[in-house]
Amino acid sequence: MKSSNEDRIYSDGNRRENHEGLKAWLNPSRYGWERISYWLQRLTGVFLLIYFVGHVIETSSLVDGKDAWNAMLELTQTTWGHLFLILVIGTSTFHSANGIRLLFTETGRGLGKPGRPDYPYSPVSLNYRQKSGIWIALILAATAMLYGASILFAGE
Amino acid sequence: MTALLSIKTRRTKLGHDEKKESTLEDSRKVVHLRVYRKNPKQDKSSHFDKFEVPVQRWTTVLDALLHAKEYLDKSIAIRYSCRMASCGSCGMKINGIPRLACYTKISEIDGNIITCEPLPNFPVIRDLVGDFSDFFDHHGAMEPFIHNQNVDIIDKNRLTEFIQTPEDVENYLQFSYCIKCGLCYSACPSVGSDTRFPGPQALAQAYRYVADNRDDATQSRLNIVDNKHGIWRCHFAGSCSVVCPKGVDPALGIQLLRGHLVNFSKNDKKLAESRTRDLGKT
Amino acid sequence: MKIHYITGIAALLVVAVHIIMRLVMPFSMSLEYENVIANYQNIAYAVLLESILVLIAIHGFNGLRIILIEFRQNIAWENGVTVFTLVAMIALIAYGTRTIIVANGLGSSKE
Repeated sequence: MKSSNEDRIYSDGNRRENHEGLKAWLNPSRYGWERISYWLQRLTGVFLLIYFVGHVIETSSLVDGKDAWNAMLELTQTTWGHLFLILVIGTSTFHSANGIRLLFTETGRGLGKPGRPDYPYSPVSLNYRQKSGIWIALILAATAMLYGASILFAGE
Repeated sequence: MTALLSIKTRRTKLGHDEKKESTLEDSRKVVHLRVYRKNPKQDKSSHFDKFEVPVQRWTTVLDALLHAKEYLDKSIAIRYSCRMASCGSCGMKINGIPRLACYTKISEIDGNIITCEPLPNFPVIRDLVGDFSDFFDHHGAMEPFIHNQNVDIIDKNRLTEFIQTPEDVENYLQFSYCIKCGLCYSACPSVGSDTRFPGPQALAQAYRYVADNRDDATQSRLNIVDNKHGIWRCHFAGSCSVVCPKGVDPALGIQLLRGHLVNFSKNDKKLAESRTRDLGKT
Repeated sequence: MKIHYITGIAALLVVAVHIIMRLVMPFSMSLEYENVIANYQNIAYAVLLESILVLIAIHGFNGLRIILIEFRQNIAWENGVTVFTLVAMIALIAYGTRTIIVANGLGSSKE
């Protein structure tokens, strides 16, 4: 019986009808901080992967000699280049700090213990530790961005 | 003279009372219900029907919908039963968030317009009624019953008691309060795009039996959820716990279950098991 | 998912060292061609760069695989996603390794 269920779930068919699809993770607005952190973690992850590929290609200009390297470096010396780098600093800080929080959370740490639920049923897993973790990640990211901006724009 | 006076005062008193009653009448609010309508067998696209429904301070969304069904349009399809958040039938998306219609008072909602849509992630049967087959299949795949090799359930003479302390019960009690209303399933962003993901409800039930020290099939339960579309598709967006009307907190259960899978939190259960064994001996 | 956690933590540590290296001297100086080549010549630093490359590539492309695998559920899509992310990961690692090896050789040939 189980396998037939699995087959049915596996076959796409009209099972996807009325499913939210991509909208579900692109719209973080309705369910509070944890949903926002989930959304940001994914967005920053995708952004950082794109940056990482770009960074590997950028630094490969080393092998073509000094001129190619300096030409590449020029790209990051513009205002937009600075802004992009500041964004990289911010997203990587958030992704790291929030990632450490998730490492604890997703292995069952810092969530509180199951008990007897009582009205108004505020869930123990969405406790202040989780929320402050998200805020700390956001504050760290903002601080890192400010620090990065002070270094990058000081050179001009 | 005094009699006349007393009549006069009584009249004014009466008049005052009438006035008070009429102000009560005025304060009776009217809300605009927007109800999602679609019969997949006939209609290609959906539309919203608008109803004006009088409400009191204590009127729930379900009451308002039933008023509309009774007096304005008998063809509205709703699924409901207990009207007191025990059966989990009347889950729907109310003003964008999955909620139980019977558990949501209109006075709790901001604004005068109440939009009722069917729960997302459930195929629509008609209007506000969704198809729960996938949801229940996922639940069934978790084998939601006690496995215990040492207890013979066929031979009555060999039946034994399961002994649990109140602490042992508290390990899983809150997850057993699940009423299978499907709100968490429709709030979950992973379920939104992954139809093979069991969803918060089923995974929380898997944890409910893993945490129950009467159950001895922990390993096979972990094997059920440990696959490509299994428990790893949860990313702790926490939305399931936000919408749960019974305080089940599925996100907590899923993360604790994940702790078992990455070998971090096995000790709790072992401790509980040895304690129960000791109790059994004494 | 364990691999995601482990590579995540490890990558964080090595990237921290990588960034601190940028800050040991004034930022604009640290990126001059000669200084960067000197960095690559240092075997320990080259090993550090290689480990960053491998760890982040695994972490990043595994993350991409996780996101993509949640979109559709059929065997062709799942296999396609796995093959695509693996190939992209190996290609990126190979390309980056080439830079590290060649840049390392560049420095020594100049001397």
